[in-house]
Amino acid sequence: MIEQFDAIVVGAGMSGNAAAYTLASKGLKVLQLERGEYPGSKNVQGAIMYANMLEKIIPDFRDDAPLERHLVEQRLWVMDDTSHTGIHYRSDDFNEAKPNRYTIIRAQFDKWFSRKVREAGATVLCETTATELVRDGNGKVIGVRTDRAGGVVFANVVVLAEGVSGLLGTRAGLREMPKPETVALAVKEMHFLPEEVIGQRFGVKGDEGCVIEAVGTISRSMAGLGFLYTNKESISLGIGCLVSDFAATMESPSALLDAMKNHPSIRPLIAGSEVKEYAAHLIPEGGYRAIPQLFGDGWVIVGDAAQLNNAIHREGSNLAMTSGRVAAEAIVKVKSRNGPMTKANLALYKTMLDDSFVIKDLKKYKDMPALLHTNSSNFFDSYPRLMSHAAQNFMRVDGTPKIEKEKNTTAAFINARSRWGLVSDAVRLALAWR
Amino acid sequence: MTIAVTKVRVEDKLYQNRYLVDSGRPHIIVRPHDKPSANLLALTYVCPAKCYELNDKGQVEITADGCMECGTCRILCEKGGDIEWNYPRGGFGVLFKFG
Repeated sequence: MIEQFDAIVVGAGMSGNAAAYTLASKGLKVLQLERGEYPGSKNVQGAIMYANMLEKIIPDFRDDAPLERHLVEQRLWVMDDTSHTGIHYRSDDFNEAKPNRYTIIRAQFDKWFSRKVREAGATVLCETTATELVRDGNGKVIGVRTDRAGGVVFANVVVLAEGVSGLLGTRAGLREMPKPETVALAVKEMHFLPEEVIGQRFGVKGDEGCVIEAVGTISRSMAGLGFLYTNKESISLGIGCLVSDFAATMESPSALLDAMKNHPSIRPLIAGSEVKEYAAHLIPEGGYRAIPQLFGDGWVIVGDAAQLNNAIHREGSNLAMTSGRVAAEAIVKVKSRNGPMTKANLALYKTMLDDSFVIKDLKKYKDMPALLHTNSSNFFDSYPRLMSHAAQNFMRVDGTPKIEKEKNTTAAFINARSRWGLVSDAVRLALAWR
Repeated sequence: MTIAVTKVRVEDKLYQNRYLVDSGRPHIIVRPHDKPSANLLALTYVCPAKCYELNDKGQVEITADGCMECGTCRILCEKGGDIEWNYPRGGFGVLFKFG
């Protein structure tokens, strides 16, 4: 099949769908390749979806998108073996006509998004694995080889929306393989419970939802995060830690997840649930410093493949959607002035992305990955234990004079990290957060 | 205080999942070796689907049927040449119902 497209989009996740939709709705001839049986069948996310970034692509998405619950409460927990210390924020302001954040189930959401892509006019080819980029004599990307018989397809530009462990970009040397210290492995289970049980356990009614995100001894000194998201009739529960930490500690991800489920703060929330799926996925964690070259002759990279993930705020799919949309808008602009899809012209994508929240946010936290990933045991083990000790010391009434209790807490912190260590951790954190 | 952990076998977890196995065409191959590298050995613990196991000669073998295609083994072992890693052919492999 020798057919020339304006653009080929590799992958039907958030960034690929955003790109394919935007390109097709501007009238470009688009082919989208997806290796799964249906869009979403290979995609894994927590998942929280941020409305603002989808509104910029499909303004009336609330009419028919499969959304689970809109979030009214967020709990951030610091856990030790038997406790959690939490900051909870709940506001009725989040019960608004157009809510800000939703939980979603990716396999369902992606099917919906893909239907919109097809309605916009793109050709979506599923069950097709892209195996290689096709380049001309000058190295310009001119198409994609697939695993279908005679399956080479050609286009003026290829949008690599192939996800964090995508093959094409790395094989062609357009980007490096992610390093073990710049990706996290997350494992997740889907726990099903009746809708009203979830409502009772989390204190929410109707479509209101609650999320819990937790750090601490659940990650066994590794740099990691646990999460629990309420869907309508299920709870997505998972934990992710850096691949480099997993390799060094040889912890089993599945055992880690089981231990988290048995934590006394979590066990009652999922008691009696029926598990219907176990999934694993890599999450880009390298931040700003891990972003590869984003464009070249005949190609652009978007989404997780470009490491566009804000690990501090646990935002990924919105950066993916935005980068997909922005890349598509840049391509449309280049085409509208009859420009070729050269590196020089596609630099427009980078310029536009630099001007968006995507790169600005990642730049703000450029030093956080290095901070949290070195000596991770301080942040993910020592401090959580100290925090629990301090809170319990403060709350337990046992006849000890308060002044002694305070001294005891201060001494515990100094013993664990030394005065210099505490000051240095605080300063490093403040500098990285700036 | 220690917490009693109910151990669920990974095989039982994978039983919940849907797969279309490409029989006879595994998408990941472990290169023949006498002694596994540290990263390859780590996969026998770290692979979330427990696809990698030590045989009685101390070599690492893979059964990729339950693979969730996360890419962890690729990140750890492709560069060093321990494994040859591909995605399954289109349509095959894990099919997430929820994701």
